[in-house]
Amino acid sequence: MTEETQLRAVKSTPPAQTPNPASAPAAGAGSGVTFDVRQLNVWFGSNQVLHGVSLQIRPKEVTAIIGPSGCGKSTFLRSLNRMHDLVPEARVEGRITLFGQDLYAREVDATLVRRRVGMVFQKSNPFPTMTIAENVTVGLRLNGVRQKNLVQERMERSLRMAALWDEVKDRLHDNALSLSGGQQQRLCIARALAIEPEVVLMDEPASALDPLATAKIEELILRLKQDFTIVIVTHNMQQAARISDQTAFFYLGELIEFDATGRIFTNPSKKQTEDYVTGRFG
Amino acid sequence: MNHWYHQWRKIKSYFVSGLCLMCAALVVAPLALVLFNLLQKGASSLDFAFFTQLPRPVGETGGGMANAIVGSLTLVGLAGLVGIPVGVLGGIYLSEFGTPRMNWAVRFAADILNGTSSIVWGIVVYALVVGYSAYAAGLALGFMMIPLIIRTTEEMMALVPNGYREAAFALGISQWRIVLNIVLKTAGKGIITGILLAAARVAGETAPLLFTAFGNSFWSHKLSEPIEALPLQIFTYANSPYDDWHRQAWAGALVLILFVLALNIGVRVMTRGRTPHLAK
Repeated sequence: MTEETQLRAVKSTPPAQTPNPASAPAAGAGSGVTFDVRQLNVWFGSNQVLHGVSLQIRPKEVTAIIGPSGCGKSTFLRSLNRMHDLVPEARVEGRITLFGQDLYAREVDATLVRRRVGMVFQKSNPFPTMTIAENVTVGLRLNGVRQKNLVQERMERSLRMAALWDEVKDRLHDNALSLSGGQQQRLCIARALAIEPEVVLMDEPASALDPLATAKIEELILRLKQDFTIVIVTHNMQQAARISDQTAFFYLGELIEFDATGRIFTNPSKKQTEDYVTGRFG
Repeated sequence: MNHWYHQWRKIKSYFVSGLCLMCAALVVAPLALVLFNLLQKGASSLDFAFFTQLPRPVGETGGGMANAIVGSLTLVGLAGLVGIPVGVLGGIYLSEFGTPRMNWAVRFAADILNGTSSIVWGIVVYALVVGYSAYAAGLALGFMMIPLIIRTTEEMMALVPNGYREAAFALGISQWRIVLNIVLKTAGKGIITGILLAAARVAGETAPLLFTAFGNSFWSHKLSEPIEALPLQIFTYANSPYDDWHRQAWAGALVLILFVLALNIGVRVMTRGRTPHLAK
């Protein structure tokens, strides 16, 4: 078994191809669903942060998670790739499946889940001891991929997908910290894409960037959804409206409303959602 | 009235600042004094022979401390073999894997060990190993390095922002690879600094060597036999009744302090680029 097939073997099910996701049935863990989250409760110590959240995230769409600070947006996002495993006092209850596979099943290795579900953080965090090229390929190299040309090819492809290749192709061996803030964030996106995840989670990826860099990231997200399922947490409601297909509104640890983005922002069915999106609180 | 009150406060302020400056100067003064004294008394006896020749018997002039210098370097090397792996791995445990309870116990033990008088190490190792040898001396110095290196390693690893660990975890990288290839690498310079400072610290130790290295006047060919070390030879020579040996002891002390100084300056130069890295 080559390293390449090893990496592939991790992905038990290929991303489902749904020609028209909008028409996919909302119920059931069928082919039209990437994540199926059922009755998700998350505690930190004795503090319950998420209360019975259930929703379904569809493939090749951008799903935005909005809500005021402390409403559990990030907690929700992090339960999708088992980042809570790293926090000893965190406890996750409920069921999350990714293309039908239970992510929290006893026999499922969290590191394998994270290879399928990539993540980009609020604060860009390229590794300071590595060059631009090394940062992109680190996920492959430290996961045991040895073939040089494969690594090389993936690096270029990931940088192109992250719309960074033209800016860095002549300085691939410079330190990653020599890039600007926006470039660093796109580098982190390229790094996440290099291991070919099925889903990319983004935790306020543009909140520390200036408007121009933000616009570039948004443009990038819209292009990435052709190949990836994207779940993005954002504080910026205009951003959610601009880039997402579905929007989930969280408040005080509960999912208040989840619907097509257009409906959430123009004709929400819940009073709380309307108050929030019209800026009456939050 | 208000004006005078203001003046009085200014005077008090000047007085206290002056006092602080004086105390700060007192920190620098001993170093200057030691260096000046050693240069004055030892520099004249420092010649090429001092670094290349063996000690001569009493009455004969000349000779050097070449065997002691090599011996000291050997001992620091042996100490490193004990102190570096245990210290660095222990520090990694504290920072990356330890439970709060276990960490408390290890830190407490390390702090006690750090405060343990160095003669105690000499006696304990003498009793453990039975007999004088370079190994015993290296072990004693190595034990002294462990708490120093554990604490600096832990602190340097803890300085690595958690964001890097999270980013690596999110790439599905296993924890031991993250620790080795990302956290340890990021903290590398700081850890090496800690190791060098610990080496400088034990290089000058005399007490643990009294019962372990024991000293001799020849080249050491076997690590299982007594070995000479610079601080030990300074101790022996300074205690002797011969003027010639006193001069050699001054020269030895000068070499020792210059070695420690050089290590410290080296560390400063090396770590100059480190702070902005971690401050990010």
